[in-house]
Amino acid sequence: MLDFRLPAPRLRHALLAVLASLLAGQVSLAQAELSEESARILASMAPGAPAPIAGELVHIPPTLEDLEASSLHPELKRVIRRGHDIFTNTQQYRGKYVYNELNCDSCHLGAGRVPFSGPVWPAAVTLPDYRPKNDHVNNLEERIAGCFSYSMNGQPPAYGSDEMLALSNYIQWLARGVPMYPDAKLYGRGYPRLAYAAEQPDYQRGEQVYQNQCAVCHGNDGAGLATRGETVFPPLWGDGSYNWGAGISRVFTLASFVKHNMPLGQPNTLSDQQAWDVAYYVDAQERPQDPRYTGDVEQTRERYGDTFHKHSLYGLEVQGRRLGDHDNVGEKDFLKPEALRSRSFD
Amino acid sequence: MSKRHTGLAALGACLLACSIGLSAEPIGDPAQGQAAAAICASCHQADGSGMNIPGAESWPRLAGLDASYLAKQIRDFKSGQRSSPTMQAFAQMLSDEQIPHVAAWFASLPAPSLPSAEAHAPALLERGRQLATEGDWDNYLVPCSSCHGPDNLGAGAVFPAIAGQHPAYIRDQLLNWQKGSRQNDPQQLMATVAARMSADDIQAVAAWLSTQPGATEQKPE
Repeated sequence: MLDFRLPAPRLRHALLAVLASLLAGQVSLAQAELSEESARILASMAPGAPAPIAGELVHIPPTLEDLEASSLHPELKRVIRRGHDIFTNTQQYRGKYVYNELNCDSCHLGAGRVPFSGPVWPAAVTLPDYRPKNDHVNNLEERIAGCFSYSMNGQPPAYGSDEMLALSNYIQWLARGVPMYPDAKLYGRGYPRLAYAAEQPDYQRGEQVYQNQCAVCHGNDGAGLATRGETVFPPLWGDGSYNWGAGISRVFTLASFVKHNMPLGQPNTLSDQQAWDVAYYVDAQERPQDPRYTGDVEQTRERYGDTFHKHSLYGLEVQGRRLGDHDNVGEKDFLKPEALRSRSFD
Repeated sequence: MSKRHTGLAALGACLLACSIGLSAEPIGDPAQGQAAAAICASCHQADGSGMNIPGAESWPRLAGLDASYLAKQIRDFKSGQRSSPTMQAFAQMLSDEQIPHVAAWFASLPAPSLPSAEAHAPALLERGRQLATEGDWDNYLVPCSSCHGPDNLGAGAVFPAIAGQHPAYIRDQLLNWQKGSRQNDPQQLMATVAARMSADDIQAVAAWLSTQPGATEQKPE
């Protein structure tokens, strides 16, 4: 039987910690490179988060107030505001582009500006780039199409459409002033991997964490909470949630999201062990099929194992049931959007 | 499992969860609560509209708030878990059996339009609107609506409606959370947010929320 096991915590992490403290002098140097204003904002915008280390590129994305105050063309401002509006209220496209209860900012908190919450500006300065997930070079629109296809369990807006323009314009504007293809490591990018905890992630412990820390908002059954026709707390599994191909269906991604962002308003309060355990528990629940499904869950897991599913519980038997062994695609009536296509320059 | 079976299973799970949820909180009967609610009227008014009293203890509007939320607050006053000398005395006058009925009575009343007792500067209101609907993430202040629901009219039994509430009441509660003199929120969710708010933020958000409709039917088309 296939099994999900993380490597044992390695000495490397301990060594890194020692090294980091030895380099403490450089740490303060790196912080000194930040403007006083940036350092102040960073401290309050990422409470409890790791501080920047030497050589990291720290970027504080502009706010909508900065946009209004800028000298950009009024029509450009309108497009950027439209992108922000789509990003924070993606549900306006429910049943068209979005087939679950999520918004972009369900996972990219603070309208995509917050470090350690998958801030979106790095996409603007690192793409086009080769992406192992689909084994070709992706531009920003293709990257956004991936979010719609997997995380929103939906159908991306057409390439070159008004919605794509607005979203990519918003994301690029958030990267204002950052050089293209920067050499430096980007501070707070993505959901940085947590150190492995002392114990392997555990379903029962994860369930305890879930009931104690998450259920008050997301419900005992993970279905979230909707009221007056609007989602307040998004579903974490089931038809209303992301599908088995979403990045956050990987245990390490969810563990990092949880650690750095949850419970809402209380980032970095759970232990690494709690974050791994609850991520394992949530990933051990059922959700809509991976759009890359071949018709056979084991084959799909195998085909996308190295680049993806070795990090998820998809296709594994947990608590007596094999996850992802179904043809339920959720609210939509197709498996894979046509926009997802490969390309090669061979 | 086919899609239909998954749907049925989900429905079953929902019914089960809903019945568990309801059994935890006894369902009150508004009609039975009306008589007992008479003791509340001297402060909260017969129509549950309460009163804004800047500089003293304000009386929150109760009309239209979630019944389970109200019942929990009354029980917390009674047990001392939520502290208010006035409310502790009044809550003692209600039996445990009366509490859900009284809560159901006030929940059944239409949310009143509040008189605009305090004049607010436009900049203050704009800051309040920002905090309530978008948040201020540079200070890790999540928008009120991310928990209190669309239009801040409440979400479920835990997160009460705060739109259309008296400004002095909202202000006092946020200050109480900052001071630690109110602690009956689950997982300190409100206390953590309140701790990051400046005195100006509290004024602003209390002012703006008080200018907002307390019920969906009051929203302008």
